[in-house]
Formats: sequence, structure tokens, C-alpha cells
Amino acid sequence: MSGAIDLFDKFQPIIDMRAGLLASGVEDPFGLVMERVLSPTVAICNGRETILLGTYNYMGMTFDADVIDAGKQALDDFGAGTTGSRVLNGTYAGHKAVEQALKDFYGMDHAMVFSTGYQANLGIISTVAGKGDYIVLDIDSHASIWDGCKLGDAEVVPFKHNDIEAMEKRLKRIPEGAGKLVVLEGVYSMLGDIAPLKEMIAVAKANGAMVLVDEAHSMGFIGPNGRGVAEDQGVLDQVDFVIGTFSKSVGTVGGFCVSNHPKFEILRLVCRPYVFTASLPPSVVATAATSIRKLMHAGNKRAHLWENSRTLHAGLKQRGFQLGTEAPQSAIISVIMPDLERGAAMWEALLREGLYVNLARPPATPANMTLLRCSLCAEHSAEQVQTIIGMFERAGKATGII
Amino acid sequence: MDRAATAERIAVLIAPFNKKGIAVTDATTFSGDLEFDSLTVMDFVAAIEDEFDIIISMNQQAEIETYGQLVDAVVRLQG
Repeated sequence: MSGAIDLFDKFQPIIDMRAGLLASGVEDPFGLVMERVLSPTVAICNGRETILLGTYNYMGMTFDADVIDAGKQALDDFGAGTTGSRVLNGTYAGHKAVEQALKDFYGMDHAMVFSTGYQANLGIISTVAGKGDYIVLDIDSHASIWDGCKLGDAEVVPFKHNDIEAMEKRLKRIPEGAGKLVVLEGVYSMLGDIAPLKEMIAVAKANGAMVLVDEAHSMGFIGPNGRGVAEDQGVLDQVDFVIGTFSKSVGTVGGFCVSNHPKFEILRLVCRPYVFTASLPPSVVATAATSIRKLMHAGNKRAHLWENSRTLHAGLKQRGFQLGTEAPQSAIISVIMPDLERGAAMWEALLREGLYVNLARPPATPANMTLLRCSLCAEHSAEQVQTIIGMFERAGKATGII
Repeated sequence: MDRAATAERIAVLIAPFNKKGIAVTDATTFSGDLEFDSLTVMDFVAAIEDEFDIIISMNQQAEIETYGQLVDAVVRLQG
């Protein structure tokens, strides 16, 4: 064995960072267990009743009675799982039904459901952009987008976050005759800011690129029909591929792509992350289809979610916290921490108050920031939001953040 | 543009990113010697791309570890 290289040596820096963090005595921010979940907004964590403010469960559909009934019925009628790929034995009536629900929700011709949102980006990006093509993408793109680029053979060209001019310059430098795919997100989940899709998509189209927009963090509540930021800015008809997920507003798990491309259906045969994995369980697609159809008529819930977002943003700002955006742009309010140590201390102080938020740290964050990300839910009551602001104020003072 | 002229222009661009002011040679590495993190790489690559009106894709960046390799790549990419 002498001279053998331990393949885990490469992880030593992160092992050390984690050990250093835990040595300071804080609870492990990445080892939290939800012992019981009481509702979309409350769980028992580490024996404490805790308000959930970091779940992306924007529309609170996880405990919707109709959604749960649909899942139970599908379990009874179709069993626990499909044990097969969508292109072999894994397409049940429920998979076609949820794809129809997506086509109706977005008003588009085609919908393809993947087993996770991660796989949707992985599959579509790596398959659509091939050797000799160029992917032009925002530097703050989600890991699933970067991994989709890595899995494929296209040339990958990033540009500065939301910088229209930087994107345009790069598009214009791409060699004549090469295929181009511009990849954008509606809402960027780290800071909760939105993209100027109207301007960016116009530039992309003027330069002959196809456009993919990930609307994971906008589905259900941004845009007149909840179709996302592209709809809100009036440019959904210019988007070639919308990527989305069932694991946020829809309230279960799964991913999808909707498109009007006339040849879209061929992707089912050539997209490896779609073909070489088992399809979603019948209960999951049944809950998703029911939830998506209910989200089409969720105007009141949407309005309440926006109210919550505005109230929390104003409350935290007024108490002196530094936030990711000047004004609330989505249901994500990101609180910027001075460094990882104090961010972890604040995270723990909040947990002791009975509040769960996401602790986000480098390298997942832009500009190496440490963030406490809050994602609001339409089921948070106005009273809960006030309670949350009070918890932030006490924890912020206790840890010296404010 | 020949290699010497290209290297001269890159030398000007690298100065603001060379925080420790080390002497840069063809063998200088970006991650090791210059201690560039991913954010610095992005800003530096963008500066080079804009100066020479070229694209250095991430695929090409993966092949560039030293200053000398960067100069060679920029000479090549200018055609």
C-alpha cells in the first residue's frame, strides 16, 4: 500500500473548513433533520418547533388536500414505482397527464418530464448544444446548468451576471455558422434577483441564438399566469426552452422542459439523462399534475406571497440587515453576512429562536459571499412574518450582525 | 499581431490582477503563483477577451495553466 494516493486528499480543504466551523460549537448547518413536518411552514427540527423559511415551498402545495388525495389514489392504483425508463416500461397514464398539465399551464406544444430539475438542465443543455456549438451563459448559473455544459461537447462561454453588453459582445465573437444557445435564469436563487430577460432575449435573438430560461424559482407566482419572469416581461413566446421543477412551487419532486420547437419530441430518444434513469413514481406525477392545475387558479395565494415578500424585505432592511436586492424581486430574500463564521453563528441563533433559513456559502455563492437565504411561502401568515422579523432582530443583535 | 506585441499588451492587463506584484514569466501559473480564484479568472479572461476581441471558452481555459500558454493561445485565437 505504500505510495498509494488517497483519492480523498483533494477534499482536505473542505474537511478542514467544516471541522473548523463545528469546533466553534455551532450546530451543523448541513446536518439538520426535520423530525416531523407539521405544515408547509412549520416542522420539528432538533426537538424544537421551527418556522420554515428556507424550503422553496413557495405556494405551500406540499400539504394541499387535493394534492395528497391524488398521490394516495395513484399509490393504490399504480403502485409505489415504475421500475423503468420513460422510453421502456416507465411511461404511465400519469406521466402523460402531468405533461398535458404542463402544456396547459404554459400554453406550449411540448412538455418533457424528468426525474429531477437537475436532470432536466443536465439533459436538455448537454443534448441540444453539441460539438462545435456555443453555450453562452450567465456566470451565476445554477450548478445543474454548469453540469449540463460539462456533460456536453459544446464550447462554453460565460458572461458577467445579468450584463447585457458582456453577453452581446461574446455572441458577436462566435464564429460564423456555429450554433448558439443562450442560457439564462428568471430568478437567480442566491440573491433572489431577476434577469432583464426582455433585453437579453432580444439580443440573443438578434444574434441568431436559441434561448433556454430556467424558471425554477418563479413558477406559480411570477407573471400574469404564474409562468415566470419571461411571461412577466412579455417575452415567453421568444423562449425556445423553459426549464422548471416540481420541487419548489409544485411541492413534490421532478423536473421538466416545455417548448414549442416542432422537432422537440425527438429529445425523448436522444437525451441520455431522460433515457437512462427510472421515471418518477406514479404518486409523484399524480401529485404534480394536481398541483400544477391548481396553480393555474392561485391568484389570491400569489398576492399573499408577494405581500409576505415585501413585508419581510422592508422589515429586515429597516432593522439594518444588508439584503441581496434593493427591493424585493422574488420570494427569495437574501441576507448578506459579513463572513462564514458570523453567518453560521447567526444561522444557529435563528435556529434556536425557532427559525430555519438556508445558509449558503462559497463556492455556491456569487462573489464568495455568505448568505442567509429566506424563501417565503404563500402559507406563511402575516403574523408569522412579523414573528420572523422579531427573531431576526434578536438573533442579529445577539451575534453582533446588526 | 506577433507574440512579443501580444505579450506586451497582456502584461498591461495582468498588472491589476497581480496583487502580490510577482515577476511574471512564461512559466508563471495562474492558480499557483498568481493565486487566481474563479472570480479573478473570470474578470481577467473578460479583460483579455475584450482587449483582443476574441473568445476564450471555458474548454480552452482548461488547457491554459501558465502565462506562456495564455500568450500562445491569444496569438492563435487572433488568427
